[in-house]
Amino acid sequence: MNSQVVLTALGQVSGTVFWMFVGFMLIEVSIWAVGNKVLKNKNTLVAMLVTPAFVGLGLLLVFPLIYEVVLAFSNMNLYHFRNPEFSLLNGLDNFKRVFTKPVLQSTTFVPVLLRTFLWTSQVFIHASFGMLLAMLLNRPGLKFKNVYRAILILPWAMPQVISALTWRSEFNFEYGFPNILLNRIGLPGIQWKADAVWNFIAMVLTNVWLGIPFMMVISLGGLQSISAEFYEAADMDGASGWTKFQNITLPLMKPVLAPSVMLGIIWTFNNFNIPYFINEMKLESSEILVTALFRAAFNFSQYGFSAAFALIIFALLFSMTLVYVKWTGALKGVTD
Amino acid sequence: MKKIGHQDPLWVKAIIHALLITACLITIYPILRIMTISLRPGDRLMSTSLAIIPPDATFLNYKAALFEKDFLLWLWNSLVITLATAVIGLSLASTSAYAISRWKFPGRNAMLIFLLGTQMIPAAMLMVPLYLLAAKFGLINTYRGLVIAYSVSAVPFSIWILKGYYDSIPTTLEEAAMIDGASRMYTFWKIILPLTTPALAIAFLFNFMNSWNEFMLARIMLPKAGMFTWPLGLQSLQGQFTTQWGVYAASSMMISVPVVALFLYSSKWLVNGLTAGSVKG
Repeated sequence: MNSQVVLTALGQVSGTVFWMFVGFMLIEVSIWAVGNKVLKNKNTLVAMLVTPAFVGLGLLLVFPLIYEVVLAFSNMNLYHFRNPEFSLLNGLDNFKRVFTKPVLQSTTFVPVLLRTFLWTSQVFIHASFGMLLAMLLNRPGLKFKNVYRAILILPWAMPQVISALTWRSEFNFEYGFPNILLNRIGLPGIQWKADAVWNFIAMVLTNVWLGIPFMMVISLGGLQSISAEFYEAADMDGASGWTKFQNITLPLMKPVLAPSVMLGIIWTFNNFNIPYFINEMKLESSEILVTALFRAAFNFSQYGFSAAFALIIFALLFSMTLVYVKWTGALKGVTD
Repeated sequence: MKKIGHQDPLWVKAIIHALLITACLITIYPILRIMTISLRPGDRLMSTSLAIIPPDATFLNYKAALFEKDFLLWLWNSLVITLATAVIGLSLASTSAYAISRWKFPGRNAMLIFLLGTQMIPAAMLMVPLYLLAAKFGLINTYRGLVIAYSVSAVPFSIWILKGYYDSIPTTLEEAAMIDGASRMYTFWKIILPLTTPALAIAFLFNFMNSWNEFMLARIMLPKAGMFTWPLGLQSLQGQFTTQWGVYAASSMMISVPVVALFLYSSKWLVNGLTAGSVKG
């Protein structure tokens, strides 16, 4: 850390911000000139307001996606980095390889896919425990509610990289607390990092710890918005706790839960940090789709192949989400 | 005072508190362990003790992180990149969210669906094209590259939060100002933006946190140790055979405490932003 580093950083970053600003100004002026002076369109101001963001998204999101499609039809890897060939045949070969050849050294697509589904299904654990904690917190007249809430929300508040790295070191065989606790009660320690099954369980444990608070907070928000009158009316009719949960709480929570479970599924499916860090020994038996994709691209430098792999993963996630949205109506009212 | 609904009998209360306390312990113990390890003296890092405050607690690890390791450099790198990103992201989001909130222009619904769709794109999916494009334009190992790559990543979500907030401001405010002869942009700048400050703060925070905590893209864009952001730096402290556990834990504490404080402070608004669409619908 010295003054030269500081100056380089400031110079580069302010230059970048400045040139982006100039670029956007040029866009604005040309839209204004064309829209207002030439076409006399009443939507010129709207166009000026929305264009910068969508140009940015277009350049940094849509364009890379298109480039990815192009890459999927190339043989780009470490040997063909400078002079890749683009052809339909390469593309077909890449897509075929995803399903027929190992995606990493030995593991193939289907086991990774099934493992990803198993991994993603933990969202239901997040949601049920989150809901349970929210219902406990929502009891009328509960003391220390804010203290509990502040503590229970901590895993969500922590930077994820720190949680992941910390849990990873806690899965150390000798000095991590899970094994120390097991030893104290007379059980042998677990090989959290070397054993395939336990490593996957370690990943899930970490991510459950991380995922519950989000669902808890969302559920608590939903529960608080349910009017107490429903429950009072049910009490008068002599309804049991379970009946009330089934017939009042769940149906009224659906509009809140459905979108957050969808978010949870997308986040978990795409979660990179936890599987990447907890799997310290790079066991291929712990890879989920996104980490396998990362390793195929950046450990094995199979860029063309990874592009095809990425497109398949995206298609999968996209269709899963569509089915979910159709099934639950999770996105009703987004265009209001 | 409003009548509070029926209270639970004592034994139910006891069970509820017992359950909540158990959950709290499970939640907080791994975090307290970071503090424990950060306070351990260097020769006792490898220990099977479970005491939360070690008997010979010391701040030597904090000193080492600050003055011997590159911790401050990593923080600086993260801070510069993140601040620039958040400023760009927020300027883009605040203007377009305003247009989306106030006008029913053609293509508006398509835009909203598109914004929602972007949330589905796995970050890992963009790695290959972004890396290859960055390599092509000579942006590997530069601050510039990461600022550009991060700049729009939080824009869709920010537009979402801000649109919800603008929707809640009555249009009569602008109409009144415009009857007095103010231009549309003047009204936006002088009346609407100041009213939106809380939402702008949250969107800024969200943009900030998004790049502040990002690991994967930084991993491939900044291979050089001198360019590391803090997540890369912390990972390097945890190399497999040379784990500098104490320094790692001390650095983690110094990063987590402000982040957690900010998060707890802002969580209420963040959650409102997340659920805004669903509650209304």
